[in-house]
Amino acid sequence: MDTTFEQVRELALRSVTDVRYPIVKTYTLDALWVLYDRVLRVDPNRPDDPDRDRFLLSKGHGPSAFYAVLAAKGFFPAAWLDGIATLESRLGSHPDATLIPGVEMSAGSLGHGLPLAVGTAHGLRATGRTGSRVFVLVGDAELDEGSNHEAIAYAGALGLANLDVIVADNDSASHGWPGGIASRFEVNGWSAATVDATDHEALYRSFTTAHPDRPHVTVAAYRP
Amino acid sequence: MVYQADPLEDDLQPLTMRDAWAAHLSDLVDADPRLAVVLADISSDMFTDAMKAHPDRVINVGIREQLLIGAAGGLALAGMRPVAHTYAPFLIERAFEQVKLDFEHQGTSGVLVTVGASYDWAEGSFTHFSPRDVALFDTLPGWRVFVPGHAAEVPPLLDRAVQAEDGVYIRLSLRHNENPYAVPDGKLLVLREGKRATVAVVGPLLDNVLEATADLDVTVAYTNTPRPLDTAGLRELAAETGDAIVVVEPYLEGTSAWLVSRAYEDRPHRLLSLGVGREELRRYGTAAEHERLHGLDAEGIRARVRAFLA
Repeated sequence: MDTTFEQVRELALRSVTDVRYPIVKTYTLDALWVLYDRVLRVDPNRPDDPDRDRFLLSKGHGPSAFYAVLAAKGFFPAAWLDGIATLESRLGSHPDATLIPGVEMSAGSLGHGLPLAVGTAHGLRATGRTGSRVFVLVGDAELDEGSNHEAIAYAGALGLANLDVIVADNDSASHGWPGGIASRFEVNGWSAATVDATDHEALYRSFTTAHPDRPHVTVAAYRP
Repeated sequence: MVYQADPLEDDLQPLTMRDAWAAHLSDLVDADPRLAVVLADISSDMFTDAMKAHPDRVINVGIREQLLIGAAGGLALAGMRPVAHTYAPFLIERAFEQVKLDFEHQGTSGVLVTVGASYDWAEGSFTHFSPRDVALFDTLPGWRVFVPGHAAEVPPLLDRAVQAEDGVYIRLSLRHNENPYAVPDGKLLVLREGKRATVAVVGPLLDNVLEATADLDVTVAYTNTPRPLDTAGLRELAAETGDAIVVVEPYLEGTSAWLVSRAYEDRPHRLLSLGVGREELRRYGTAAEHERLHGLDAEGIRARVRAFLA
């Protein structure tokens, strides 16, 4: 399927208004598209393949971009986007992994994804799936949750090299991150890159950066 | 007086429930590649060899209880059967939203094993007590709860927990009975038969109940698997005792009352609930002293059962 980014954006727009989550139209779609189109080893025909890569959307709010990418990649029919958030729909404001093919984690409450990703990364290593990677997307405001910092410190100390974090940074944390978000990871031994959230090549380079002995974070800064 | 050297040890017990759990779990981890253990410093010294042998399956996250539950949930997402462990208030109460979302809402499950119980480390006081833990599990669908009364009851319960598909909560304590009992799977074990009431007792309070009711005309039935509660068995026993029921449990008083009530929608009954009081005592001392203050020593239980029978 040769879907273009503009076609995916159209899919994302089917389920949002300018009032509710307007920013999702742009600010996570680029990163998700690059990830699913060029990086992740996932197959919509085998969504439960144990050797697949895992993507955990921790920041479950405003999942229109995520749904659009999954639909574009064939995990479910695009028609599902039209009845969104109704009683009969599998797609709501927060994704439920038990209802949607291709969704690895049920999200909505902030601060759960990174700890879950740490356990998943351990589990993949323990079962010999050393080629499988775990990506988790968190928001910059979501980083306020202390559970993330427990996970960041631990994953850095352990050198969980099959773990990648993407911070979707739209500068929405109430008290900001003096010194920069990347520094929070780097001080714990992570590899880090800060890129323009709309620059697909820069996102791709960061997502495919070699980090054989430590986890890696991509801070995708969106500053329109 | 001096402080207790190790609040999780007991000089009078050569083998505690925690010792039995750690030894058996280490063996199980060697044998079952699907099994994982997540620790938060507490008891990590008991898994030194297991951590070396299985660095991705036996992990110590440090003093990080949110990560403890999250990492266990993530291991479950990766297809493993995780066993997570620390003090009950930190594992169950502190991270309860994660217990709810990182297992149930993900469609996965795990085994949670705690120490501390309701007042084990009395000199540590309320920060390390968790009398409300089983009541919290009653708000979640499908979790089993195992409350052993003796170290020798721990290995078979752990086997069942690891093999189960559901979530299982195992509540270890330094309080214990003199002898272990082999309880038939999910059933009440009848230890004494009488006519005037059926006393169902959970885990380490059995000996106190046996002493308290030694000369009373009551049935005594024991369980170390209070969830799911064998209410069908309880009804059968209580039918022979005028539908008078006493439930004695080593956690929050009345925790099981809703289950008894639900089992008796069609039939009048009388129920006395004995357990740990709701109020914080703000006292130190020993676990035995706290047991007495909550009316759960033999004398306290006897007084309330006699009043119930009068």
